Amino acid sequence: MDNEILNVKNLYFDYTDTSVLRDVSFTLKKGDFLGIIGANGAGKSTLIKIILKILPFNRGEINLFGEDLSKFKDNFKIGYVSQKANSFNSDFPATVREVVMANLYSRKGLFKRYTKEDNEKLKKVLDKVGMAGFENKLIGKLSGGQQQRIFIARALISEPELLLMDEPTVGVDAKSVKQIMDIICELNKQGMTIIMTNHDTPELVRVSNKLLIFCEHGNGEFVSRNDLTVAEVNDIFAGKRVHHHA
Amino acid sequence: MLEIFQYGFMQKAFLVAVIIAVIAPCIGTPIVLKRLSAIGDATSHSALAGIAFGLLLGINPILGAVIFSVIAVFGIELLRRVFGKYSEIATVVVMSAGIGLTAVLSGYITKGSSNLNSFLFGSIVAISDFEMYLTIVLGVIVMVVSMLLYKELFFVTFDEEASKLAGVPVGAINMITMVLTAVTVSVASRIVGALMISSLIVIPVASAMMIAKSYKQTILLAVLFAELFTIAGLFMSYYIPDLRPGGTIVLLGVIFLVILSVITGKRRR
Repeated sequence: MDNEILNVKNLYFDYTDTSVLRDVSFTLKKGDFLGIIGANGAGKSTLIKIILKILPFNRGEINLFGEDLSKFKDNFKIGYVSQKANSFNSDFPATVREVVMANLYSRKGLFKRYTKEDNEKLKKVLDKVGMAGFENKLIGKLSGGQQQRIFIARALISEPELLLMDEPTVGVDAKSVKQIMDIICELNKQGMTIIMTNHDTPELVRVSNKLLIFCEHGNGEFVSRNDLTVAEVNDIFAGKRVHHHA
Repeated sequence: MLEIFQYGFMQKAFLVAVIIAVIAPCIGTPIVLKRLSAIGDATSHSALAGIAFGLLLGINPILGAVIFSVIAVFGIELLRRVFGKYSEIATVVVMSAGIGLTAVLSGYITKGSSNLNSFLFGSIVAISDFEMYLTIVLGVIVMVVSMLLYKELFFVTFDEEASKLAGVPVGAINMITMVLTAVTVSVASRIVGALMISSLIVIPVASAMMIAKSYKQTILLAVLFAELFTIAGLFMSYYIPDLRPGGTIVLLGVIFLVILSVITGKRRR
């Protein structure tokens, strides 16, 4: 179990009168890429928010890095990228440097100042997302795709081991989508564990090695991508086919 | 030495004004960027009630203002939770309570009612030694806390959700910001006047946002502008008869903001 990053067991979540997650179970090991597929409101974002401790869950068990989720405190081990570029206030006067370095908080804690080493980290992550040299630009002046790459850099600067991404390519132009997907695949190749929701099913089937499919009228189905084609994934999603857990 | 500085009351006024012009934008920047500018207004009206309360009981009015405005910010925070998505109602309720209380209390002030008036629009001749020392102490506290929590304040202001995920104690930081706002408003009410202090919190920051190239620069420029408005306002009110300092400082700020927005041609959505 040394390589186990995340273990979700029999997870249930209800909003006041709607059952959203029912009996969801899966395990991720280091280097896994989990794609989450499902219709709007199926529970994709809810699951991510539960893992991030933004939402509490009703029943079940979650272990993160071998620790019960409620006791987990190493925030720096987790990176999160949301659909930020879409809802971002472009008039906020902040530079790329200020935005990215802010996330070093999870490593540094209260009152600590930034060091030269932190500047090196900044350069490294900006380079990783193809945004080197943009340190002093105002984030509001960048394109949606560039902003989203900056938010990926912000997640990466704390050197996380698990990266959660909730539809990171929403509202981003086609060329930037490809750049962002290439960056994510490269991170995964280097050993980072990734959880990603995306409305583009074929793309998610292509890049991930594990899939969690929220069927239209059913529970989350956890499958290994290797055994399935996109058509078969769509069948599971539509409830036409039931996949048996391996 | 300039004639203006030969008077003890002007030396005090300048010292207090310089301190206020540093702390108002320091605390104003996160407040404005979080779109909470109206909190300055609600707090200042509650501070006024505290001033009236102080005058009535014979305790220092600024001390009364600090107590009442701190209660006000906690009240806003509490009511915001009650009203959920309509949280701006909380600000208006607290502001109304502040004005109402001031109106009622002012009816009972027999001596020093002109003093209450001086707190409405600001006064430079009325600063006592105690108030000057209080301003220095509270001002230094606001400055030190703002500097110590600089990176946390930025993160929470820019992206509250992400800062929470990184482990920033967001609730505590928000509360500290509110208390610092209350303290700033209270100490500034003496010179600028309780009715106008929120403009000293907002206008320098709004001006800085038009030309700043970073968050840090926004704060530094806002401090520079606030110093410019207050010092110029004090000079003008000293040399031009019957010119009140508070109003002059605020109007200088508004004129500057209008000119700057014409020059930069920046349109805000």
